[in-house]
Amino acid sequence: MYLLAVLAGLASTVFAQTTIEFWHAMGGKNGEITAQICDMFNKSQSEYVVNPVYKGSYADTMNAGIAAFRSGTPPAILQVYEVGTATMMSAKGAIKPVYQLMKEQKEPFDPKVYIPTITSYYSTSKGEMLSMPFNSSTAVMYYNKDAFRKAGLDPDKPPKTWPEFFDVARKLKAAGYEAGFSTNWVGWVHIENFSAWHNVPMGTKSNGFDGLDTELVFNNPLLVKHFENLVQMAKEGVFKYGGRENKANSLFTSGTVPLHFESIGGYGSMKATCKFDFGVAMLPYYPDVKGAPQNSIIGGASLWVMNQKDQKVYKAVAKFFSFLSKPETQAFWHQQTGYLPITTAAYELTKKQGYYNDNPGPEVAIKQLLNKAPTQNTMGLRFGFMPQIRTIVDEQFEAMLDGKVSAKDGLDTMVKLGNEKLREFERMNK
Amino acid sequence: MTKQYAFHNKTLPYVLVFPQMIIVVIFFFWPAFMALYQSLFIQDAFGISLVFVGLENYIKLFQNPQYLDSLVLSFKFAILVAFSALSISLFLAVQANKHIWGKTFYTTMLVWPYAVSTMVAGVLWMFLFNPTVGIVSYQLKKMGIDWNYLVKSGQALFLVTLASTWKQISYNFVFFLAGLQNVPLSLIEAAAIDGGGPFTRFWRVIFPLLSPTTFYLLVMNLVYAFFETFPIIHQVTSGGPNQATNILVYKVYKDGVINLDLGSSAAQSVILMLIVIILSALQFRFVERKVEY
Repeated sequence: MYLLAVLAGLASTVFAQTTIEFWHAMGGKNGEITAQICDMFNKSQSEYVVNPVYKGSYADTMNAGIAAFRSGTPPAILQVYEVGTATMMSAKGAIKPVYQLMKEQKEPFDPKVYIPTITSYYSTSKGEMLSMPFNSSTAVMYYNKDAFRKAGLDPDKPPKTWPEFFDVARKLKAAGYEAGFSTNWVGWVHIENFSAWHNVPMGTKSNGFDGLDTELVFNNPLLVKHFENLVQMAKEGVFKYGGRENKANSLFTSGTVPLHFESIGGYGSMKATCKFDFGVAMLPYYPDVKGAPQNSIIGGASLWVMNQKDQKVYKAVAKFFSFLSKPETQAFWHQQTGYLPITTAAYELTKKQGYYNDNPGPEVAIKQLLNKAPTQNTMGLRFGFMPQIRTIVDEQFEAMLDGKVSAKDGLDTMVKLGNEKLREFERMNK
Repeated sequence: MTKQYAFHNKTLPYVLVFPQMIIVVIFFFWPAFMALYQSLFIQDAFGISLVFVGLENYIKLFQNPQYLDSLVLSFKFAILVAFSALSISLFLAVQANKHIWGKTFYTTMLVWPYAVSTMVAGVLWMFLFNPTVGIVSYQLKKMGIDWNYLVKSGQALFLVTLASTWKQISYNFVFFLAGLQNVPLSLIEAAAIDGGGPFTRFWRVIFPLLSPTTFYLLVMNLVYAFFETFPIIHQVTSGGPNQATNILVYKVYKDGVINLDLGSSAAQSVILMLIVIILSALQFRFVERKVEY
C-alpha cells in the first residue's frame, strides 16, 4: 500500500497534473451523474483532474463557497442556484466571469451555440456570459391522462389557455377528484414564469439586468386577475394548495389532484413515482394578452468560477467547461437527469437518438423555452435577495388563500416588501 | 455542607480548566463576539464591501412590524409550549409516582420520546396531520373540521406547539418524577393525619416542595421553545403560513443563511443572546436561592 502511494505521488509529479475542486449541490442520482461526467473528463485527458465535492443543499453549497472565499481558499468552481445569481454577480473580486476566462485562456468559445433563454439568465445585458449554465429547468404543466379519460376529456389535448385550464380543472373535480389542480413554487411559476410567458416585466430596468436600482412592478392588472382566479379556484375547492417549494408534489403523484405545475427537472422522479399515465404540457396563457405566449424562463443552477491565484487552475476550468458544452456530454446529462441541454446541438443530437419518442416531456420544456427569442422581459431575472422575495410571495399568497388579504392587496404588499429588500441589496453592493 | 478543596499547586487548576476554556472561547465567545461586531455593519455576502452603520440594524428591526410580530409570536409560542409541557408532564409524573401496576413499563414509555430527535419528531407530526395523507387529518375531516395547516395560521401554530410539547414532556417527566420521589413521606402522612385530602396534600405540601424543580424546568422549557424547536418549525411549516410560525430563531436562519443578509441576521442573534442571558440570570438567581416554602 505504501509503495502504491509513493508511486501515485510520483505519477502525479511526473505528469504535473492540476487538480481543481468543483463544489456542487447535486444529491442522489443527479450527484452520481455529476461525478460520472467529471470522471469522463478526467479520463479524456491527463493534465487536469476535476474533483467533485457534494456540499449539501443549494443554500449550504453557496454558504460553503462564501466561507471558503472569506478564508482565502475558494474552490475553482461553485454551483449556485439561479436565485443567487445577483449576489454572485455583484461580488466583483470574488468571481471570474466565464467569457473573460475563456478569452484569457484562448479556449474556443462561441456563445451562440448555447440556447439563448438559458444563457441569457446568466449573462450581462450585453450578452457576456458570467457563469456556465449547468442544470437548467423550466416550469411546465403535468397532467394525469388517466384522469382525463375518466372525465371524458381528450388525454392528448391538454388545456392551452388559463380559461380552458380552469374549465378542465372544474370538470376533473366534478369527475370525483378531491381538487382539480395544485402547484409547486408559487413565485417561480405564477409570477416569474407567468410574467415572461406573457411578455410583461416583473421589474424595471429589464428585470434588473440594467442596474441595481431596479424596482418590482408585477402588481399589474394581469397578475391581479390571475391571482384572483387562483383564489377563486381555491374557494371553490378546485385548487388545492400543497405548501411551499415542491411540497405539493405528493398531491399529484398520489393521484389526488390531476393537474399540477412543477419543474421539468422533476420529470425523472415523476416517472418513477406516478402509477398512472401522465403527460407534460406547456404553461397556459391568457389569450387576450397580446404576444402571449412568449417564452418561459429557467430555474436551476449555474457554475461560477471563483477567483484564483494560480493561472493553471483557470486553464483547467476552461478545458472542463469546453468538455461540458460538448453535445455528447450535454445529451448524456440531459437524458440521465431530465435537466435541459444547454446547447442546440445537444438538443438535436438527443432528438436524433430518438430519446423523445419515449420521453416527450423534456422536449415540451425545450420548445417552451425556444418558443420565441427572449425579450428584455424574458431574458431572466437579476434581483438581489431573490430567495427572500420568493418567501414574501409565499407568505402573501398564503394570506390570500386564508382570506386575510385580497389578491390586489397581497400583490401590492409583495411588491412593496420586495422593493424594500431590493433597496437594501442596492445599498449593500454599492 | 459543601467542602472547600484547595490546590497546593497554583498552576494546576488553570491547566485543568484550560481545554474546556479553549472550547468555550472558540465555540461560544468568538462567535458571540463576531455576531456583536457584524451587527454594527452592513455588508455583502462575500464581505467585500463593509460599511459601519452603528445601531442601524437594530433600529430597523424594531421599526419593522414583521420583526415585532415575530418577537411577540416567539414569546407566545414559548409560553404555550412551556405551560403545556410542564402541566402535562407534572400530571403524568404524579400518576407514575403512585403505587400502580406496570409502573416501570409506564415510566419507560413516557421517557422514550426523549430519544427521538427533534427533526424526526417534526416529521412524525407532519405526517399525522398532513392535510392530504395524514391519519389524524382524515379523522378531523370526518368530524367536519376544515383542517389545512398549510393555509390556516391558527392550525399551524397549534401543530408546531403540539409537536414541540410532545417532544419536551419526557425530559420534564424525568425531573418531576425524581422531584416527587424526594418529597418526604412523613410530611405527606402528617398532612393526611391533619385531615388534608389528596387535593390539599398536593397543592399545599407536594407542589411547594417541587418548586425548585418546576422553576428550573420552566427556564429550560422556555429556552427549548425559543431555540431548540427550530427543526420542528423547519420541517413542519417553514415559518408559514404567512408568518404564523416564523419564530425569532427561524427568522435568523432565513435572513442569515438563506438570504445572506448578515448585518440584520447578526443583530437578531444578539437580541436572542440577550434573551438567553436574561433567562439564565433569572435561573441562577432563583435556583441559588432555592425557591421553597
